[in-house]
Amino acid sequence: MWDNMKQTLQKYYYLLLGAVAGLLNGLFGSGGGVAVVPMLEKADIPPKKAHATSIAIILPLSIVSVGFYLYRQNFQIMDALPYVPGGLAGAVVGSLLLKKIPNDLLRRIFGALIIVSSARILFFK
Amino acid sequence: MPEWIIIGLVSFFTGVAASLGLGGGFVLLIYLTAFAGVPQLEAQGINLIFFLPIAALSLIFHTKNKLIDKKPLLPSILTGAAAVVLGVLLAGVLGSKWLSKLFAIFILYVGIKELFHKKSEKTAENSGKRLENT
Repeated sequence: MWDNMKQTLQKYYYLLLGAVAGLLNGLFGSGGGVAVVPMLEKADIPPKKAHATSIAIILPLSIVSVGFYLYRQNFQIMDALPYVPGGLAGAVVGSLLLKKIPNDLLRRIFGALIIVSSARILFFK
Repeated sequence: MPEWIIIGLVSFFTGVAASLGLGGGFVLLIYLTAFAGVPQLEAQGINLIFFLPIAALSLIFHTKNKLIDKKPLLPSILTGAAAVVLGVLLAGVLGSKWLSKLFAIFILYVGIKELFHKKSEKTAENSGKRLENT
């Protein structure tokens, strides 16, 4: 009985997780992972699996978002293409270098950089 | 500096940040909105398109490495797809100007969380091979 209850609760939890991811994805066109990864980890999914699974959740949501964004004609697909080759190269290089890079320090540097960027957007735009 | 070099560098570092699990999507969005002067809604669309091939590539790696937990997929994608509609509608209502301010507050929160995060075993474990989302 306890197992059944746990399974049902988990299902509702995943429904909520999806709703948060979808809302962020549609609203900001990014940011789903920031919410999904810790939520998956709270559901006892190990960190590596949580990161991988979050992509499997966010990719289909991003396809839905792209459909709406294209429909609303906010942009053209061609606008994004120049960024794709560099992005793919960066993703591959980053994943190969991962074990040699001090992740903890990088997270703090990244945090500081986006705080500065947020101030720029908030006060100078 | 020529524009193609800037685009190459920004997209490369976006990919690196994404693979390190730092929220790569933010890097490109911040560049587009705060530095390249692209309106928020347009930048978000570009960021979404940019994310698709990178996510597809990483998903291939992760599936091969058996890192995908299938249990959460169906329920979260179902509600997620519905919530996307709500998010897109809300984004349209807010418009680029207010959306960019809301985005700035959101990344400010994420930035503070990242800057002051506790060093833990999870962090060390997270340093393993992964390609992360936006």
